[in-house]
Amino acid sequence: MIVEGPVMKFGDKIDTDIIIPARYLKYTDPQYLGQHAMEPLDPEFYKKASKGVILVAGKAFGMGSSREQAAIALKAAGVKAIIAESFARIFFRNAINNGLPVIVLPNATKEINDGEYVKVNVETGEVIVGNKVLKGKGISGMALDILKEGGLIEYLKKVSVK
Amino acid sequence: MSGKTLTEKILEKNSGKPVSPGEVIETKVDIVAFHDLTGYHVIEVMEKAGMVKVFDKNKIVIAFDHLAPAPDLRSAEIHVYIRNFVKKLGIPNFHDVNFGILHEVLIEKYALPGQVIVAADSHTTTSGAVGAFAQGLGASDIAAAAITGKIWLSVPEPFKVTLEGTPAKWITGKDVALKLLGDFKADYFNGKSIEVVVKEPYAFPMDYRATTSNMGIEMNADALMFVPDNETKRYIKEMRGYEPQLITPDADAKYSDEHTIELNKMEPLVAAPHSVDNVKVVNEVEGIPVDQVFIGSCTNGRISDFEIAARIMKGKKVKTRCIAIPSSYEMFKRALEAGYVQTLFEAGCVITYGTCGPCLGGHFGILGPGEVAVSTSSRNFKGRMGSPESQVYLSGPAVAAASAVTGKITDPRVIA
Repeated sequence: MIVEGPVMKFGDKIDTDIIIPARYLKYTDPQYLGQHAMEPLDPEFYKKASKGVILVAGKAFGMGSSREQAAIALKAAGVKAIIAESFARIFFRNAINNGLPVIVLPNATKEINDGEYVKVNVETGEVIVGNKVLKGKGISGMALDILKEGGLIEYLKKVSVK
Repeated sequence: MSGKTLTEKILEKNSGKPVSPGEVIETKVDIVAFHDLTGYHVIEVMEKAGMVKVFDKNKIVIAFDHLAPAPDLRSAEIHVYIRNFVKKLGIPNFHDVNFGILHEVLIEKYALPGQVIVAADSHTTTSGAVGAFAQGLGASDIAAAAITGKIWLSVPEPFKVTLEGTPAKWITGKDVALKLLGDFKADYFNGKSIEVVVKEPYAFPMDYRATTSNMGIEMNADALMFVPDNETKRYIKEMRGYEPQLITPDADAKYSDEHTIELNKMEPLVAAPHSVDNVKVVNEVEGIPVDQVFIGSCTNGRISDFEIAARIMKGKKVKTRCIAIPSSYEMFKRALEAGYVQTLFEAGCVITYGTCGPCLGGHFGILGPGEVAVSTSSRNFKGRMGSPESQVYLSGPAVAAASAVTGKITDPRVIA
């Protein structure tokens, strides 16, 4: 599974109240949520991300609430994958469960610049940027199966049919 | 071979296999819970997957808290939707708007030492107070757990914290949580489970433990559990009339690291905007004018919080807006009977019970642009309680009550 695109870069501790404020949590419609993704930081985020981007961030990306709308909003806004130095546990699972690839890459914010074009191998965790090949942590096992199905709902449907 | 930690013992018991840190396991769950704001999403996932069913209806716990009482039409629709689900599946452990905040309900009525508890809310770590391995999960994961009774998880690395002595004046569970956040920062415990041993169990009671466990998620810990002891027994006996079986780590259990906090040397702490680990001793920020004080939430809405607030506010008038919300019917009843509700009311507080209130910027006291709040809740992220141009200082009940009385951030040791 290869995803690629230009980078939008953020710092440490991007929390779920930044990713999608609580006032939008009464709905799960992806399009609605996507328009409010990262709103407190950048109300124009969804316009900038709409052509398909890879987010690069520092530590504890997605910390805070369990709101699954955080993963839904980013994906709907156009985020194709997130590369971060570390992820909050719940967000990481929510991303996988909604078919959004998440790669842990130490020093990601030092190695990758805003606007650079990156190519991510989701299975191996390899991130190609310019001439550099960076080694992140890939997705494997059941998490990869869920991701390949596009999320947990699709995965559950498939497993229950078997 | 060394002994086993609490984390290992619980996960082995529930998965039926030996476990080691870093390993991905499948484990049975004892309780699956959700509230209104995540609950409708859980049910939507079940419907989309074509599996509207639960593995054991007695092990599902539902409470309305985030949108309680319904602040708008959409919230009311969500409540109707969930009530219909409850009726359809015949779920007995359902708590409507008059009952309490989910995490408080869980520790008062359901959570037991050694259980694995998952809920669609990050502050599920609160049940770690009674020695349960308790984790928050997203709506899809909770739907899957409710359907199958199982979850997959990565076994965390156990980290031991020892609390020595008795707390200094006005020091509670919030200060311990903030101390850990300030010393270790918000990402340090990612992938770790914190096991807290209290040397003098009755000196650090269940209310304090619930606050510290609650904020385990702010430390990004996989779980924050208090090793069950006589205080755990006392609390469950008092709340439910029976004594629980205790589960404890072996004396020679091996931890990835250890840390000791001396409670008698602590000072009241706050987390300054906009990060939970931006921790300062209260006198570093003293004098900052405050617009609103909030005493409540699943973090600090328990009887000891209102006892402290009442002690400080007795015979005084607040100089800020002050919103006080005991976390459940039971906590409100006790606060009422002890006269704390009367005291806070006479001081000028607005009081209700059993709702998350303004903690997440939902309703009942949202902050406007430029406003400053002192809040006993758990998060001070930008825009958390309302406007992105507002500022939130997190504190325990003593700093909050003292600040309400003076109208500016105040060290409770100075005025009471």
